[in-house]
Amino acid sequence: MQNVLQIAWLIPFFPLLGFLITGLGRNKLSKGMTGIIGSGVIFISLLLSVWVFMQVKGGNAHDAYYFDFIKAGSINIPFEFRIDALSSLFLLIITGVGFLIHVYSTAYMHEENSSHYARYFSYLNLFVFSMLLLVMGGNYVVMFIGWEGVGLCSYLLIGYWFKNINYTAAANKAFIMNRIGDLGFLIAIFWLISKTGTASFTEVFSAKSLEALSQTDITVITLLLFVGATGKSAQIPLYTWLPDAMAGPTPVSALIHAATMVTAGIYMIARSNILYSMAPVTQNVVAYIGLATALLAATIALKQNDIKKVLAYSTVSQLGYMFIALGMGAYSAAVFHVMTHAFFKALLFLGAGSVIHAMSGEQDIRNMGGLSKKIKTTYFTFLVGTLAIAGFPFFSGFFSKDAILLATYGHNKTIYAFALLGAMLTGFYMFRLLLLTFHGSFRGTEEQKHHLHESPAAMTVPLIILAILSFAGGFIELPAVFGETANRLTQFLFSAVPLNTVHHVSHSMEWALMGLATGLVLVAVLFAYFKYRKYSATEEKGLGKVLENKWYVDELYDSIIVKPLNKLADFFDKVFESQVVDWIVNGAGKAVNYGSRQLRLLQSGHVGSYILLMVISMLLIFAWQFFIRK
Amino acid sequence: MPINYYIFLSLALFVIGIVGVLIRRNAIIIFMCIELMLNAVNLLLVAFSKMHNAVSGAVDATAGTEGQIFVFFIMVVAAAEVSVGLAIIVMMYRNVHSVDIGFLNRLKH
Repeated sequence: MQNVLQIAWLIPFFPLLGFLITGLGRNKLSKGMTGIIGSGVIFISLLLSVWVFMQVKGGNAHDAYYFDFIKAGSINIPFEFRIDALSSLFLLIITGVGFLIHVYSTAYMHEENSSHYARYFSYLNLFVFSMLLLVMGGNYVVMFIGWEGVGLCSYLLIGYWFKNINYTAAANKAFIMNRIGDLGFLIAIFWLISKTGTASFTEVFSAKSLEALSQTDITVITLLLFVGATGKSAQIPLYTWLPDAMAGPTPVSALIHAATMVTAGIYMIARSNILYSMAPVTQNVVAYIGLATALLAATIALKQNDIKKVLAYSTVSQLGYMFIALGMGAYSAAVFHVMTHAFFKALLFLGAGSVIHAMSGEQDIRNMGGLSKKIKTTYFTFLVGTLAIAGFPFFSGFFSKDAILLATYGHNKTIYAFALLGAMLTGFYMFRLLLLTFHGSFRGTEEQKHHLHESPAAMTVPLIILAILSFAGGFIELPAVFGETANRLTQFLFSAVPLNTVHHVSHSMEWALMGLATGLVLVAVLFAYFKYRKYSATEEKGLGKVLENKWYVDELYDSIIVKPLNKLADFFDKVFESQVVDWIVNGAGKAVNYGSRQLRLLQSGHVGSYILLMVISMLLIFAWQFFIRK
Repeated sequence: MPINYYIFLSLALFVIGIVGVLIRRNAIIIFMCIELMLNAVNLLLVAFSKMHNAVSGAVDATAGTEGQIFVFFIMVVAAAEVSVGLAIIVMMYRNVHSVDIGFLNRLKH
């Protein structure tokens, strides 16, 4: 107990230290040193996280209180960490995947000069630090600090190449969209504190404060928290920033999409499972929004031509699945999917980075093809990632997706049907990506063809490790049909997520469902194979064009939100400001001016008139005394 | 004698003084009116202090003299003020051969 309290604060402290060292010493450190420090601090955190994980394995939770953070009147919000099954699992994901991404970055970013290289690593460390704070926080306020921190770091990293105006715009977009969500989260925290007087998880989820909340309160709070989650975890309506976030360096995309940022919303809802389970309305909203996002993003991914954009939309789609699971009350299934998704999505992004590296900066898959012979390691690991995300049997994605599908089947058949459709789409677009990139004939320029080479070991080793994890990661939560060894993750998480709904169906039914999902995905994959085996670029028409343009959602937002706001701002600028505000301001000046001109006349220099005024005033004061005030 | 008589007399003197200051233009007359006002107040002070003493009924050597001490102060200050004021008037008369207070105002125009 005491040990955990002493060790826990070191986990976020080391990345913070790394941030300070690499950030302040960016002009002095060599690239090698920067890489060692930047990755080393994360590695230390990883080791500490493993140790902490061992401590909470038996299902015990630790509340580590450090100091009073906000104390005013009856409100007391300490700076505290909560270390339990849920947060320790997330710690492992963040530090583990984060460390691999750091190692990969040391090679990937090698073309930057040393001061920018160090700047990159300091941002990356700060990112990990914020995320660690987010998952370790023992109350909503500490969580919110980390929440804002990852928002800031995503902005810094997406806009890392700040000389390109489009990248800066993408960074702004990410930041602003997240602010919209953050507002919801913040209001939820205020609401909670005003009703229960506390923000600590242990106290909020205790019977005493749950009694203080009416049904309406719980529904509103959970909905507002979900608004926060839609921002960070890129759900409708706040998802458009995530595909644009591809402007940053590829490892950053991997970090945002796999280990940090986008899992924050899922983590928050899983952490607040007690509140969500008490608000069925919100659960439905969460499930349907998740479903809509999953399908929308999957359809968009069918026709994207940028290797990173396809992966970005697949992330949005997979996050939709996690939200479906959360809406069904299957919190551990969602967390399980977060974990497996972290493995294979980090793998896919880093693989894509390796491809881009080999193609000397080319990202358009229409100009790729036939790379499988040239960059074998990348191809093989990418294939593993693709199989995992498509839900190929015994790969990690298969188990986690199945857990979610099972939960939907036991709960809501309509959602189940659509989720299956989404799974088919996933298989289809991922294999389209794989085939266009690695199979067929090379469609790029001669120069690129000549340049093709496998990435250095610092990039391929993380790929291989992640490939192993993507394959084997699913075995920690086998479905119920496997008897004794099944659902170990759910049992492990039970202490932190007590209200996890598990739907039991008969074993034969479960086999049938798995078979059905696998069969459908295979059909989709085969379809993709025959369609894209021999690819030639064609102009998209009709629906294809709509999908290529992402359902025109950006244009829609532009026309219903951005343009009216600009018009309004123009109106205020040109009309309101110059006519009304200026009139008031200048009018005040003019009034004073005029008044003083009139008052000047009183100052005549005639002593007599002064005395007369004095006498009149005295008389008035006497009159006031005797006749009015009585 | 009731206190009212004193009050009315003092009031009359004071009002005469004020009106004199406001409507006359001869500096010497204005000074006299100021003196009139001061003396109206002096009269009130003495009258009130005697009345106050008669009500409270304390009997000793200094009973009822507080107001009169004030009166002496006021007289001293008034005398000092008048000496300064008269000096100014004399200077003014030497320059413009007039004691009309409106006279010097014409310099403004």
